[in-house]
This record gives sequence, C-alpha cells and structure tokens, in this order.
Amino acid sequence: LSHGSGGRAMAQLISGIFHQAFGNEWLARCNDQSAFDVAAGRMVMTTDGYVVSPLFFPGGNIGSLAVHGTINDVVMAGARPLYLSASFIIEEGFRFSDLRTIAQSMGAAARGAGVYIITGDTKVVERGKADGLFISTTGIGVLADGLDLSADKARIGDRVLVSGSLGDHGVAIMSTRQHAALRIEIVSDSASLHNLVAVMMAVGGSGIRVMRDPTRGGLAAALNEIAHQSGLGFRLQEAAIPVKPAVAATCELLGLDPIHVANEGKLVAIVAPHTADAVLAAMKTHPLGCDAADIGEAVADDHKFVQMATSFGGGRIVDWLSGEQLPRIC
Amino acid sequence: MSAAAIACDPTRLRVRVSGAVQGVGFRPYVYGLAKRYGLVGFVVNDPEGVTIEVEGNWAAEFVAALRLEAPPLARIDEICVHQTAALGTKDFSVTTSQAGRLSTRIVADAATCEQCLSELFDPENRHYLYPFISCSHCGPRYTIAERLPYDRRNTVMKAFSLCAACAADYADPASRRFHAEAIACPTCGPRLSHGINAIVAAIAGGQIVAVKGLGGYQLLCDARNQRAVQRLRSRKQRPQKPFAVMVGSIAQVNEIAEANGPELALLESSARPIILLPTRNDLAPALAPGLSRVGVMLPLAPLHHLIFHELRSTAAWLAGPGPVIVATSANPSGEPLLIDNAQARRRLEGIADLIVTHDREILTRADDSVMSVVAGRPQFIRRARGYVPEPTRLARSVPTVLAVGGALKSTVTITRGNEAFVSQHIGDLDTAEGLRAFEETIRHLTSTLDVEPVVIAHDLHPNMASTRFAEASGRTLIAVQHHHAHAAAAIAEHGHAGPALALVLDGHGFGCDGGNWGGELLLCEGSRFRRIGHLAPLQMPGGDRAAREPWRMASAVLHRLGRGNEIGPRFAAQRQAERVPALLDRQGGATTTSAGRLFDAAAALLGVASLQSYEGEAAMKFEALVRRTAILEAGWTIERGVLSLRPLFSRLIADDLDAADGAGLFHGTFAAACIDWVTHAARRTGVSTIVLSGGCFLNAVLAEEIDRGCRSAGLTPLVPRQLPPNDGGLSLGQAWIAALRITNSRQP
Ligand SMILES: [Fe+3]
Ligand SMILES: [Mg+2]
Ligand SMILES: [Zn+2]
Ligand SMILES: [Zn+2]
Repeated sequence: LSHGSGGRAMAQLISGIFHQAFGNEWLARCNDQSAFDVAAGRMVMTTDGYVVSPLFFPGGNIGSLAVHGTINDVVMAGARPLYLSASFIIEEGFRFSDLRTIAQSMGAAARGAGVYIITGDTKVVERGKADGLFISTTGIGVLADGLDLSADKARIGDRVLVSGSLGDHGVAIMSTRQHAALRIEIVSDSASLHNLVAVMMAVGGSGIRVMRDPTRGGLAAALNEIAHQSGLGFRLQEAAIPVKPAVAATCELLGLDPIHVANEGKLVAIVAPHTADAVLAAMKTHPLGCDAADIGEAVADDHKFVQMATSFGGGRIVDWLSGEQLPRIC
Repeated sequence: MSAAAIACDPTRLRVRVSGAVQGVGFRPYVYGLAKRYGLVGFVVNDPEGVTIEVEGNWAAEFVAALRLEAPPLARIDEICVHQTAALGTKDFSVTTSQAGRLSTRIVADAATCEQCLSELFDPENRHYLYPFISCSHCGPRYTIAERLPYDRRNTVMKAFSLCAACAADYADPASRRFHAEAIACPTCGPRLSHGINAIVAAIAGGQIVAVKGLGGYQLLCDARNQRAVQRLRSRKQRPQKPFAVMVGSIAQVNEIAEANGPELALLESSARPIILLPTRNDLAPALAPGLSRVGVMLPLAPLHHLIFHELRSTAAWLAGPGPVIVATSANPSGEPLLIDNAQARRRLEGIADLIVTHDREILTRADDSVMSVVAGRPQFIRRARGYVPEPTRLARSVPTVLAVGGALKSTVTITRGNEAFVSQHIGDLDTAEGLRAFEETIRHLTSTLDVEPVVIAHDLHPNMASTRFAEASGRTLIAVQHHHAHAAAAIAEHGHAGPALALVLDGHGFGCDGGNWGGELLLCEGSRFRRIGHLAPLQMPGGDRAAREPWRMASAVLHRLGRGNEIGPRFAAQRQAERVPALLDRQGGATTTSAGRLFDAAAALLGVASLQSYEGEAAMKFEALVRRTAILEAGWTIERGVLSLRPLFSRLIADDLDAADGAGLFHGTFAAACIDWVTHAARRTGVSTIVLSGGCFLNAVLAEEIDRGCRSAGLTPLVPRQLPPNDGGLSLGQAWIAALRITNSRQP
C-alpha cells in the first residue's frame, strides 16, 4: 500500500477488498452511512480499538480479534449483537495480501456470529505513523426487555463462574512475539461468545448479575473492576481455576500468573447462588463453555479485595497491575 | 542553666524534663527523690514531658541527681531549669496530668522487671503467680494504648476497674505502681483462659500451644521434641524457615548457644529481643535447618516465667538439661501476627492443639524483635516489640511526612518535629490481613502522635500495595527510588550532612530507568542522588520466580559464561530447566543488577539450594557454610562504574570446589570487590563517607568484611543501627528524602 499518491485507484482497490470480504446489502449501497431498522427494546453500543502485535497469531489475527472482541463487549450486557462498523488505519507499505486475509477473517467472524459490518472507513498513513494496522470497531446490539446486567447488581454470596481455561490468548501472543524459540504450542481462544451467552441467559435470566470478558489484565483486572463497581470483595479458590497445562507451564517458565494474562474468548459471570449450578451446567453443554468452572464467591469486604484463598482461612490479594508483571521481591 | 550554677535557698526551681518520662514511673521517682532531699513543691505531667517545682536547701543536688537514678524505662532528652521566687509550699505533691496539645509519647513495652518477678513467686504477695503482674518499670505500653495522653482511660485497661488494693497502689506516690496504667491483680485484673499446669502439660506432652503474648499470639512447643517441632512445621506450612527458641534464664543460654557479653546484655534488656547466636548442640537441625545460628530469647511476660517455673518442676525436665521452647509468632505463613481472640481461635484451630487466651485486649500488634551482634555492635533484623515507638532523632526539624515503605517486611514512618517514628515490622503487604494491618498501623501511629501528614512518600514501584495506598489517599505524593531510600535511612539515622557514597547491596528495587536494580553505588547529596555504578546486569529468567528459585539465577550465570548447555543436566530436577536456555537465548529479556540474586546464583551453583521456601534461605544457608573467607585474585572487573564478578563465577563452577570453600571464596571475593569498587569511587568523587545498606548487609560475613575493608581504606562507613538494613528501614529513608524535598522547595 502507498500513501498519498494513487488516490482514487488505491481507494477503490482497498474498498474492493472489504466489500468482497464483508459482502452485505448495506455496504453494497456504497453510502457514507447505513440505515437499519431498530428492533423493539433497548439498544447496546460499544467501541474498541485493536493494536495487537503481532497482527497474526495462532488462532486468529487482528481482524477476527476485532470482531470477536466487539461482539463480546455487546453480549456481555446480555444483548444480541446486530451490526458492526470498522475503521482501519493502515501503515504505508502494508501488504495487500495481508489486508485481504485480515478482511476475510473479519467477514467470516461476523458471519459466524450473524452480524453485519455495515459501515467502515480506511486511512493510509505514512510509514512509521502506525504499527502496520490499527482497527477500530463499534458494535450495536439489542437487549431483551427487563435485562439490566450491571456490576452494582452483584450481591454477597453470588458465585463467580468462568467459561473456560484462562490465559490462552496472552500466551499464544507471547509464543509469536518474543519467544519463538520456546515453541509454545498454544492457540488463542479468540471467539465470539454470543451463543454461549444466549444459552446462559436462557437458563439464568436475571440471576446473572454481571458478565465481563477478561481481556487485557486477565481475570484479575476484570474481577477488580467488578469489585470496585459493586463494593464487594471476591474470594477465589486457586485450584478451581481452569488453566491448560501448556499455559500453566509457560506461565511458570516466564514467571507469570495466568490470572493476569489476557483472554479473548472467555467470560466471567457473577451469578446468584440459587441459579449458579444450572447456569454452570448449561455453559458446559456449549463448546465454548465445556471447561467452565465455579471459582469462588462474592463476599462483604470494605476494602473490595479480590483474594485467593490460602490455608487456614487466609487470602492472598489478587491485585490489578498497571502494565506488566514486574518483579517485586527485594 | 547548669545545676552547679544555681544558688540554693530561698529560691524555687522550675525544672522541665523532656523525653520518654511518662508512663515509666517518673513522677513517683521524683516524689521519692524530692522527699529524700527534704524538698517541697510538686511534679506534674505536661505535654512536653514533666514539670517539677522544688524548694529547699538541696534543690540543686536534687536536679543533679535527676538523671542518675532515673527509672529503667525513662529516657531523658533534656532538663531545663529556671529560678523563680519561693512560695513557701508545705509539702511535696504529685499532681494529675493536664490536658493540652499532645507532643509527648508512649513508651515501648517492657519485659517483667526484677521486682515484679520476685513478687510473682512470693507466696505472701497478692500478685503471687498472677500472669498479668506489672508496674511502672515493666509491662505492656504501646500495644495497649489507644491514644495520648497515656492514661489508663486511654488504654485497654479501662475495661478493668481497680480493686481497693490496686487503687491504693495506684494513688500512692511512694509506690512502684503509682499511676502505672497497666496494673492489675487476681482480684480485679485480666484472667488467663487456662491454668499454667494445663499449658505445661500440653508442652511436655509434645503438643503445640498458642498463647496470647505481649504483642500477639505465639506458638510454643518443646524444642527438644523433634516430632513436636516437625508437627509445628507441617501445620504452619513452614518446612525450612528457622524457629526461635526461649530458654528459662540467662544461665541456660549457654547450654544451647554461644553468647558473648554484648549478646547477653541484649538478651536481658527490657526489650527482650530474639538474638541470633551460634548454636552449640543438636537442637539446630530441626529448628534452623542448614543454618549455623539460632534465634534465642528469654521470658518476657509473667506468663513465660510461670511456664518455665512450672516446666522446671515437671519430672521429665528434672533429670536432663533445662527446658527449651520453640516460640514463634502464631500467624499463618506470610500474614501479620494474630492479636484478636476470635480471629485467633478461628485461624489457629488447625495449627495449635491448645489455644490459651485472656481478656486483656492487644490494640497494636508487635512481633518479637530480632537482632544479632555484628562486629560487637547490635544490628536489627526485625524491629518491633520493645523498641517501638521509640523515635529516631533527625538532624533537624522537618515537615510532617508519612512514608509507607515497600511491599515486604514493611514498616511505615511518620515524622514529627525532629523525630521520626518508624512503626513496628508490619510484614508483607500481599495478603488482605497484611494490608489491613498496614492501614491500622498508619491510623494508630497518626493518632498517637496527634499529627496529620499532608505529604506521603512512597516507593517508585508502580505495583506495590503501599504505592496504591498513597495514590488513593489524595495527598501530595513524593516517590523515592528504593535504593536511594535504603541509603537515606542510614544517612537520616546518623544525622549525616553533606555528600555520601552509598553501597546498596539489595534484592530488588524499581529503578529510575524502569529497570530492576539491586547492587548499586550511589552518590547522595541532600535529597538527590546519582547512580555512579551498579553490578553488571544479569538476566533474571521468570522475574520474581527467579527470586524464589535460585537455580534460575544460576542458569543465567551459566548462560552468560557460555555454558548454557550445562543448565539442563545441573538442574535436572527442575521442571523448566530444559526450556530456560531458550528463554535466556532470546533478546530483550528482563535483567537485574541485584546483589541478592548473585548470592542466590552462587548458592545454587554450589548445590546449596535450588529453590527457597522462605526469603533469603539460599543466601543464609550459603553464609552458614563459610568457615574462612578467601579472595580470588582478579576475581572481578570494574569498568565505567560497572562491577562484574564474571571471573569469580567462572572459578565457582569448576568441579574441584566444595560448597564450603566456594562459600568462603565467594564471600571474601565479593567483599574485596565491593571495597575496591567504593575505594575507586571515593577517590574519584572525593567523598569518603560510605553508607552500607540494603538487605544483603544482614549477611554478617559480608557486612563485617566490607565494614573492616572500608575502614582500613580510610573511609568512614555509615551502617544502619537503629533499623534493619533491609526493607524494614525503607520508610525512614523515604520520609527523610521527602522532608528534604519539601524543605528545599519551600526555600526561595
Ligand atoms: Fe530493598
Ligand atoms: Mg472492550
Ligand atoms: Zn515491674
Ligand atoms: Zn486489683
């Protein structure tokens, strides 16, 4: 790709890639915007920027990640996702073939979730002004009547459920980024959770108080956020937290704690105790929830600590981290 | 005015005494002294200390004697004398405290005094065998005080109203218990949940007993009973970390350890710290595995004396040597000492066979203090009970600052005027209980000092709980680099002005460049510093994991020496040993300039410890192996301030070296290299004062060699004396730097 020169021909080439990959009636009209009918009920809207490095990783690329991530942010509200927009900042010199691959996996990811990418934009910037490709996506969904998932709905005694093994995405990224020689064979969990959430909502209904996708900062960051919003603490059982042996081994090697490592196809749900078992059973029937687990509970705590239970009733604090896991032992 | 210059009769002298003179029996002492000199007048507590007015022929002699016979726990900072007109008072009276601004202080808890001890075992005395006997020379203070002034109504003793006999003692200026706030007797005071015979039967029977001590719950068991000790280890999940022991008397210390004069004096002092002493016999393997020293302490509370008294009369002990008891803090690993009865019952259920409690509340926890004697001088390892809240004197008055310390072995400091109050050892801040204890300590210290700090000093590390606390406070923040704080703590304590070099040999600190620092040569001046040297960076594969697993640091050394292929075979028992070489091969991994990690690496290379179950385990076991030190010629290089021990490590991994020789060679060469390093720096900078601080200076072999080497090179070492050289001293250094920065910024 080149910047500035080429003008029209270039723009047409690029939009051709996206039209072909996303192929839907809205894009086909070639307007600067798309009109669509609004379903009855409340709408949900979210936006997110994707700057992942590397752009391609085992289990996906920045394109599928952007679609999955944005859909997941919509469905964490308990909503059904409908439409997406996508904006691309492309660095001069980026390969057409790579762009096509990324666009096609975005199209596939969207179709897989039954959503449409109905509007978008591309900009090519000078070399050095972007790291290959940045994608910004916005998602819109519709929420069934009476549903209002929110962190302040969490109550003491609520169960903490996770939908599967933690840390897969972060470790998969590491495997390509700087540890090629370590031959880490982990595939990112990048996936759209709309079906899993639909199954959970059907069983749990309003018993599901909060859902989050524990992306950057991992489960630790997600639970600390919920703790702060709800004014509660969480007590987790370390042994109950699902982690794949290969992920655990790599984390051990690198000195990382998997609960701080990013996920892209997992959710954590705070669920009323009376319905938690049923929700968990329902999750396990879904392929994306087959390793789901009940890992702890919400507790009264004026400090809003997230704690890992230790022996004799003690607890180690699971803090959120600003940035990476830095050494601390003096 | 000096006492000698004071004319006698017919004037009256107004004497103001400042220092630790409240709650220590100072007023009854003054009363007795005044009576002896036939004087009239009064004595009263006031916000600055004590005010005395005396009239009579021997007033000047009285003033001269004031310091000489002061009660054991009193500390007089200053005596000011003014002449006033005689009033012709009839008698000498002791007046009750005046309210007002609080700038006086609470003193530290003190071990049972000799007089109370003889009353304790005197069948005629009404305190006979009473586990809560105390007087103004002994007993709890800091741990039971809620706020100032230090009056019974402001302590947990307010829950017990005095019986007639105790009330009489309390009101009698001639009594040792005059206004002794913690006094009690079997009629009116706190009660123990169990009889002494039940406790002793349990200990003698090999059981683990939790008792509520002075500053928190302790676990006791028979130290000569290997199975009891092992059971305690497995229940506390503490496989290797040494246990301290208590022996019944000073005479018995020598049955188990070697103690010299200064060590015996410390053992017997009213602070009753644990002293690390070279072990003498077979007690060691279970108590302090792999170590040559064991922590020893003497009974400090009446309960301990009663236990030993009863133990000695138990048949099993009569034949053999005296009883030795493991005395360790009763907290689940890594958590703060338990002080609350309900919580103790809940948390100790699975650890202790018997939980002995009482109804005198502990308001502030205080672990046992731990010390050793290095080069004939006391050195703190952990500063807590018996020493807090004694302040550190600063070179001058500074703004009020709260400093929140680091993350592990943490303390906090608050400055007030020209004094810095360093809290007791709080512990690690990675548990909820630890963080709560940290916050409680700040609250309690702030209220007992009656100050409101507006500035908070904290470590530069972004992910420390103490940093988070500071950020959430909404106050003005001053971040201080970890090793700068280590250096500043010693500078503050010694009141050193002007530039100083600082050799900080430490485990880890977040550097100004975001890197992992730990073996640093700093040039400090005022509130600033410059990093003029550091140890050669070494990879730390796995971050903090490398600190817990010395074999990883050893692997980094092997890799550096081009012998990465040996990592797998040498550390075959380690799951990740096969993959670490690839991790070390890649570019851009984290490195560290830590000194502590070099000790870990050396210990692991010589087969001393591949993993550690407690902090400092590898280094402590490594040190314990040293028989004599040796220096490897050309064992190090110094280039542009960077000290590399690469040649030493090359020698260390040769097959012909046994662990003990290797330990001696490593310690000797490392010390010699450091001396060479600082001598160069001193010559280049023209600065000859050299601070020696950081956690590695708890290594007595290293500390002594470097201290001696610096002196013979004509340098003046500044060594932390009032605080430990490890992270327990960080908060003082942070406070001092922050106070200097505020002062500087206020100047035009
Ligand atoms: Fe340190
Ligand atoms: Mg998002
Ligand atoms: Zn006494
Ligand atoms: Zn009484």
